[in-house]
Amino acid sequence: MVPSTLGAALLIARKDLAIEFRTRTAFFSAAVFALLAIVIFFFAWDPTAVAGMDLAPGVLWVIFTFAGLLGLNRSFSLELADRAIDGLLGAPVRREAIYLGKALANVVFVGAVEAISIPAVALFYNTPFGGRWLAIAGVALLATIGLVAVGTLFSAMAVNTRLSELLLPMLSLPFFVPIVMPAAQATARLLSGRPVVEAANWLKILLAFDLVFVAACMMAFPFTVEE
Amino acid sequence: MTGAVERVSVASAGEPEVEARGLTRTFGGRRAVDGVDLSLAAGDCLALFGPNGAGKTTLLRMLAGLLKPSAGTARIGGVTLPGGEEVRAVVGLISHASMLYGALTARENVEFAARLHGVRDARRAALGMLERMRVLDRADTPVRSLSRGLQQRVSIARAMVHSPRVVLLDEPFSGLDAAGAAALTNALVELRTHGATLVLVTHNLGEGLEMASHAAVMQAGRFVRFERCDELDAAAYAATYRELVTRGS
Repeated sequence: MVPSTLGAALLIARKDLAIEFRTRTAFFSAAVFALLAIVIFFFAWDPTAVAGMDLAPGVLWVIFTFAGLLGLNRSFSLELADRAIDGLLGAPVRREAIYLGKALANVVFVGAVEAISIPAVALFYNTPFGGRWLAIAGVALLATIGLVAVGTLFSAMAVNTRLSELLLPMLSLPFFVPIVMPAAQATARLLSGRPVVEAANWLKILLAFDLVFVAACMMAFPFTVEE
Repeated sequence: MTGAVERVSVASAGEPEVEARGLTRTFGGRRAVDGVDLSLAAGDCLALFGPNGAGKTTLLRMLAGLLKPSAGTARIGGVTLPGGEEVRAVVGLISHASMLYGALTARENVEFAARLHGVRDARRAALGMLERMRVLDRADTPVRSLSRGLQQRVSIARAMVHSPRVVLLDEPFSGLDAAGAAALTNALVELRTHGATLVLVTHNLGEGLEMASHAAVMQAGRFVRFERCDELDAAAYAATYRELVTRGS
């Protein structure tokens, strides 16, 4: 029996992650970029002018955004080699399953980069994530879903163009703003030890954008792969 | 430039499994496929010849549902293309590109395709297909480490692991050695005996005519000749084909 949309999406995500696990090219690029960026921000930072607590949320979300783009760019480019995308598009699965599978793999990819970056930021900026790590992980997950939803769609659109590595950030970054802004605000409040309820309004905005972006991008995706 | 070419319709007896009416595809202002009419019944095998740029690959990609026609319609098993999952479930496409993932092993590639097509016991089916294509001993080798010919065998296994009812083959013998070509021929003959319809694009007349029930020549996006293979003389056909291609190029 042909797999369901979710079943097919899981198959595609597992395949993408297996390829990334074997090659590790995109993950290493993104992880090294994230760590280098943290170090550069650290050396550029004047602790007498800005407190680490105030700077850390901005540093985190700049890094997540750009490191994520490295992974998103790879998402569909691996399908172009030997036209593997034709095999996917020729399979009896809904186009939405392809989008969902790619997005799931990208969430894991960006999540793995975040799992390395968050402790590094805590270390360099002496930020007490300790008691709030679960809440911060929740913010990171919600924001990652939004970033990946938009980025996966634009990755599919940009991959067939000559300037795909330039086009992807140019298309994606304006749409990342409504995700990054509430994520950074919620992170700042959580890091500064304010009550979780103060971050709740930002989290609601984040959740709303996630729902809108996931639904809209999934509906738009089939049109991006039609020739 | 190609001169004006006479258009013919390709139709075989019986209920059509693959059907096209006025199928056209343009890229910019150029008509890559120009009003193709085609009708093939279950078990038919059409060998499609033609010079480079005649539109053969574009036609196959439209029949596979990967390209939308600019005009006209195509139907597979009575369903109008591009159709949905039900059409894609019965079509197998072998193209110039292998459609394989280099980082995955031969087995993983074929098994992935089998799972997407909902094949029961996908691993066993994948291993069985690799064995039929005589590449089972390299099942656990990453595809990027295989030679071009072995990759082609894996690609064929990937395309046929779900026992498609309609098989579209674009130069499938290219890169295959004698053993690989024999394995492919056997697999295709078996598919045909089970009622599969084949469209075989090739530049090798002997190869195509040996397997086909019908032969057609495509030029400038159109079918310009169509014959039943049991009615034609291979030598005379080859001479006519060469003349057609030379005149048209």
